Formats: sequence, structure tokens, C-alpha cells
Amino acid sequence: MLSFFTKSRIRGGVHAEGYKELTSADKIVSTFPLPKTLYIPLQQHVGKPAEPLIRVGDKVLKGQLLAYSQGLISSPVHAPSSGIILDVNEYPAPHPSALPIRMIVLETDGKDEWVKPPIVDDPFQLTPEDISLRVGAAGIVGLGGATFPTAVKLNMGRENSIDTLIINGAECEPYLSCDDRLMQERADQIIDGVRLMLHGMESDRAVVAIEDNKPQAFYAMQTAARPYPLIEVIQIPTRYPMGWDRQLIRYVTGKEVPVGCRSSEIGVTIHNISTAHAVHNAIRKGQPLVSRVVTVSGGAVRRPMNVEIPLGTLISEVFAFCEVDVERTARIIMGGPMMGDALPHTGLPTVKATSGVLALTASELKSTDVQPCIRCASCVTVCPAGLRPLDMANNIRMNQLDAAVDLGLKDCISCGCCSYICPSNIPLVHYFKYASGEVVARQQAQHKSEQTKRLMDDRNARMERIARQQEEEERIRLAAKAERERIKAEQAAAAAVDAEAAQETLV
Amino acid sequence: MMTNIKPKSGAHIGAKASVSHIMWQVMLALTPATVFGLWLFGWPAIHLFIITVLSAIFFEAVCIGLQGKAVKPVIRDGSAILTAWLLAMTLPPWAPWWVGVVGSALAIILGKQVYGGLGQNLFNPAMLARVALLISFPIELTTWANVSPLFFSNSPGLIESWHITFSGIDNLDATTGATTLGYIKTEFSQNHLLSESLKEYSGLLNFIGWGRGSLSETSVILLSAGGVWLVRQGIIQWHIPASLLLTVAILGSIFHLIDDQHYVSPLLHLSSGGLILTAFFIATDYVTSPNTTTGQIVFGVGCGFLIFVIRTWGAYPEGAAFAVLLMNSATPLIDYYIRPRIYGRDRQGKPLEITKS
Repeated sequence: MLSFFTKSRIRGGVHAEGYKELTSADKIVSTFPLPKTLYIPLQQHVGKPAEPLIRVGDKVLKGQLLAYSQGLISSPVHAPSSGIILDVNEYPAPHPSALPIRMIVLETDGKDEWVKPPIVDDPFQLTPEDISLRVGAAGIVGLGGATFPTAVKLNMGRENSIDTLIINGAECEPYLSCDDRLMQERADQIIDGVRLMLHGMESDRAVVAIEDNKPQAFYAMQTAARPYPLIEVIQIPTRYPMGWDRQLIRYVTGKEVPVGCRSSEIGVTIHNISTAHAVHNAIRKGQPLVSRVVTVSGGAVRRPMNVEIPLGTLISEVFAFCEVDVERTARIIMGGPMMGDALPHTGLPTVKATSGVLALTASELKSTDVQPCIRCASCVTVCPAGLRPLDMANNIRMNQLDAAVDLGLKDCISCGCCSYICPSNIPLVHYFKYASGEVVARQQAQHKSEQTKRLMDDRNARMERIARQQEEEERIRLAAKAERERIKAEQAAAAAVDAEAAQETLV
Repeated sequence: MMTNIKPKSGAHIGAKASVSHIMWQVMLALTPATVFGLWLFGWPAIHLFIITVLSAIFFEAVCIGLQGKAVKPVIRDGSAILTAWLLAMTLPPWAPWWVGVVGSALAIILGKQVYGGLGQNLFNPAMLARVALLISFPIELTTWANVSPLFFSNSPGLIESWHITFSGIDNLDATTGATTLGYIKTEFSQNHLLSESLKEYSGLLNFIGWGRGSLSETSVILLSAGGVWLVRQGIIQWHIPASLLLTVAILGSIFHLIDDQHYVSPLLHLSSGGLILTAFFIATDYVTSPNTTTGQIVFGVGCGFLIFVIRTWGAYPEGAAFAVLLMNSATPLIDYYIRPRIYGRDRQGKPLEITKS
């Protein structure tokens, strides 16, 4: 009966093989050697990129502001270690395209010397607005992968009077265990971060939700939260994508976030446990977000681990430390294997969103031998958003993108359940991402052509007006000329008459 | 720096399922009932089964070859074999060789490949072939052999069976008869009541499958076991079989309670003809059934209703194939109207109202 009840609160999803035991048993490694060079992208968050305020050759300390946030939704970037700025230029982004984006290149001096941190004695004496400001100034963004600036979310929470703050400890992606380890080892700090967030949002209830495949994390967090009745720690069923914010919100509160709304509009806000940990560091220790715990795992990794690394460390250095077998690596993935992106090479930096870097062998990967769709409808069954991936894919294949949009293309969250389950190995998410991009491109193209047409019409009207004007002027000129000629002729005639008269007089 | 060029999004890992895996699981589930049927009706049935499957492979290979594609991987997906397997199971066990060949040709060419191959067909290929055969060759398709298990003294031997398969049955009256449903229909036409016509009917024998009927759709127990196993394996969903069987059972009970001399009991309905095979293996065909669970329930109820109507008031004693084909044609309509609700939207697709406590 209970399972029936909970089932109705979870839609779709898959039971993916976890492979978390590769890394979940060992402590977070904190002996990562400081890299010689760090590549720090100016955009590691949703919103506008940060604007650099240092110059090449400047000497900076660890935690020093390198680039300030600009605009309402943005986030600053800080120096992950002390050293000298080598360059501010475009370098390949940690993205499947590896297209260049602006980065600050920092040569570390090996001292790892902190800037003097702004510490407060009792943060609960701070105003909620002050908490938001400090969180924003520390460059904290959603560390679950969404990278939405946390301060903006705290402000929205305060404005919308949140009744439940959900702390997402689901970590539903296979292989990843960085949140699990963080909860086991730093539960007190996370709970402190949660309390600070509650204070910052002027809210008085928090629910920490942890998937039931992480009992040790659950007990650690429960123990840490015991003195604080405002914070409840619960276990949730293990079912990917349990960590999808909207799935978790419905499971915990029973409420569904309407399409086009932010969750704060229905009185709920959700933050990741790593984010709460970062908030603790920012407020209690005055440390901005300059490092994070990353899961390095996969069949090709000889020493899989959770390791704390400075942001901007190249994946190649992480892989070297974890002894990745290059020969056996079939695919490099940033993030989890369900939603993560395949990277073209390892010369790319880790960023705030990097929860994991995986080196998977060919046998771990899903087959790419695409068979025809047999309409088994398992994609419909597993879709947590309630879509019909097979019909959407069929329409996209026939280039009927409008039909795919009608079927709900824009409601797709790219969770990967459909691709995961498909017995015909159809890369459904790939289709949807392509189609979404194409729809935007087409809208832009249409907008552009409309603009061009408008400009053309305007120009035609203007040219016509000018032509009319010239015609009019020409007419006036001709009329004036005719008038002048007439007067001239009249004068000539008059002169002739006069001459005649004169002649007559002479005669 | 190591490079790896294969930009791909979406799930990088996957469930251990493939099209051929699904097809072979279904065939595995069919195996007990098939083996029992082959044993029950002896060598002629074995010949027919092999001929049907081999000719299906042949026709599939020809079609794929004509399209200029690689034949081997398509054959290996098992879909053509499964189609022929299902078709053979629904044929009269001692049908002549050409019934199997023509049936396979109809199923593979007309039923599947002309639509564009696997996954594209509107109708269940096996049922399409079955109905086409029944209408075209009514005598051959309604000649039901007596139970004559392998190695029993009065069963035909291997040589005699070759004769049956390749030149026809000699002494029809001695070796064939009517199925239970067919017999009841004939008796009704002679104004006999059920209590008379069902004097020799044994529910238990029917349940085991010891009776005249198609090659291997007679054994309720073995087919149900296979079907339930498929549900447990997650290959098929329970919605279609359950709704189909329940509909037949409920309608059968109602009419049987009203008049037990003209309407057979629900148990006889459930244990006769191709009902169990249809419910678990034919109506559940992915390609031709709806996508959503609600749609599947509608589909199952529709199939059950049509089967009952055709059996009870139609001209044919059994209507499973017709019912499935009719509901197949309704599948696009069901899928058009019954859609899952999108998260954050109502059934009409409009965003939900904001509710704040």
C-alpha cells in the first residue's frame, strides 16, 4: 500500500546500475597536487559571463576576486590559488564542442596563499539580505549541475516567502558519489549551510532528501540535524531521476511546479547539498568558491576516487593523478553518465558544475548500433516529464519540428531515461537537443528575415517617397522653366512690337 | 592530452536490452506451449512449423535483399522468425505445406515489409496472414486434426506425415473433427442447447490443451505460464492481457448467468480457441498496440469485447484474429486521444494553476 502511494508520486524513471561503490567507500582525497596552470572560465554559471578586473602580469592571492558579476543573473570568479595572471583569452570550453570561451589563465606560485577572509562572529546576526550578498560575492552557484546563481535563488525565496527549503541529496546519477562522501564527512558543515540558507531566505523549514542507497550519508546527516528541529532529514526511493528538482519537489511536498514557473512561486526552493556546504564555507570561513569535490570514476580509471581539486584544473591532470588508462578510455564524460556531456579531449578545465569526470570503457557504454523503433513504448513509460519520446523522434526525423514542439519538445529535461532504456539504441536525447537548437535557430532565422523584410519595405517606401519628391521637384522646375520661357517669349514679342513701332516711327 | 572524438549527449550507459533479446525472450516464453503442441499433433505439425518459419526467413531475406540492405543483421533480430512462429501456432496442425508458405509470404511481405519493415506496420503481421488465409482457403483452415501425439500407436509416422503435409489428408473423417467452439456453433445452428452439445466437454482436458485446435494455442496452462513469465521479465506489460481476459470473463459471466443454455460459461471462453495466446502474445505486440498504459487498457477491453461478440453472434466460431486486426486499426486513434499528462501541465496541455499553501 505504501509503495503504491509513493509510486503515484514518482513518475517514470529508471533503475540504473549504480557503480557508486567504485568510489563511495573511500574518504575524499585532499592531496591533489596543485597544478602549475589553472584555466578559469569567466562563465561557469547560468546568466551573463563575469567581467575580468585583473590585468595580465598581476599577482593575485587565493580567493581574490578575478572577475566581477555583471547583471542581475551572474556570478563572480575568484582565484583558486595564489600566483600570476598569464593570460585573459579564449580557450577550449569544457563542452562537447570544445569551442573557445574567455578564460583567465593563472600560473600558480605554489604558496597557495589565502587573501584575508572577511569573517563574521555570528552570521545569524546578519540581515538575510547580507547573507545573500555574501553568498553572491563568494561566487556560489547551484553545484548540482544547474549552476544557477545561489544568491538570486535566496532573494527569490525571500520575496516569495518559502515554506519548504528542499536540500537535494539524491545524487541519482550513476557513478557519482561526491555528494554521498561530502554528507558522510562534512555533515555538520552542510547542516550549518542549510541553517544559513534558511536564515537568508527567512524561511523556517528545510527537508534534506537523500536516496535510500546512501544509508551512511543519511545517518550522518540525521545525527548532524538532530539539534535543529527546523531541519528534517528523509530517505527517498532510489530511482533516477529522483534528483530532478521538480520530481523531488513533487515527492517531498506533493506539489507540482507549473510549466513556465519557478518553484519559488509555489513556495518551494531547492538547493544541492554541495551548495549548502559552499554557503557554510563562504559565510563562516569567508572563503569564496574556489574548489570542489569531484568524482573521478569509470572502468578506465585505475584509482577511482572523490578528490577535492581547485577549479580550473585541467582534466588531463585529474586523469593523470587518478591513473586513467588512455588505451581503454572509450569516452570522457563530464558530469554523470545519464546527463553528462561527452568531451572531445582532456585539455579542458573543470568548472563549478563539474560533479564528476568519467573515463568509461567501451563495454560500459551503450551500444550505438541503432535498430528500427519497435514502438515498445518503454520510453513513454520511463519519461518523468510525461512525454512520448518515440513520436517526438519520429517527427524530428521527418523534419516536422513544429509537430515535435506540439508533443512537448520544450518540456523535455534531457534526463536521458528514454535513451537509456531504448532497446533499439536510438539516441533520443540527441534528437531532442538537436531539434531544440534547430527550433531556436529557425525562430531566429525567421525573426531575421522578418526584420530584413521590414527594413526592405521601409527602404522601398523611402525610395518611393524620394522618387515622388524628385518628380514633384522636376515638375515644379519644368513649370518654372516653362513660365520663364513664356515670360521670355512675351518679352521678346513685346520687344518686337516695340521695335516695329520704333521702325514705324522712323519711317 | 588524450583525445576522444565522439560528441554525444544523453545517456552514455544503457539498459541491457536489445530488439533481438526481446524477440528471443518472447520465443522462449512460447517454447513450452509450442513443444507441447508439436508433440500433441505429431510429425505433420512439426513439418508445418518448420516450413512456416523457414519460408518467413526466406521472404524476409528476399525483401531486405531487394532493398539493397545487409540481410544477416535483420534476420538475426528475430522478428521474422517470431512472426512465423506465432502464425504457425494459430494454423490447423495438419494444414498442407503451402498454407505455411503462403501464410509466411502474406505476413512478411504484405503484413510487414510493404509498410517499411520492422516497426512500421499497422496490423499484426501474423494475424493479417491468418485472416487472409482463413478467408481465401476456408476448408484447409478449418480442418482440425484429432489429437495424435508423437510415438503413439495410432499417430502417423514420419513417412505418412510427409504424405499428409505434401499431398493432403486421405481419410478426413477418421482423423479430423471440430473444435469445441466450432462444434457449439454448429449445434446452435441445429437448435441444440448447450446442455446437449457440451455433454462430452471436459474443462480439465481443455485447460491442459488435450483437444482439437490450432497447432499450439490449445494449452491454457502452458501459454499462461509463458505469458506470466514475460510480464515478470518486464518484456510485456500486464495491462493488455488483464483487460482483455477480464472483459471476456465479465461479458461471458453476465450472459451465461442470464441464459446458460445459449451462452457458454466464462471458463469455457477462457480455455478455448486462441484467447490466451492472443491475450499474452498477439495483442501485446509492441508495434501494433497503443503506447500508454491507459491506451493499452482500452485496447485490451476492445479486443476482449470484439472476441466475445464474434464468438457469440458472429459467423465464425473464433474471432481473436479479427478482433486484434480491428483494434490494430484503432491504435493510432487511441494514441492520438490518450496521451500521458505532461509534468506541470493539465490534460489539455495548458500550464497548471499556481497553488500556494
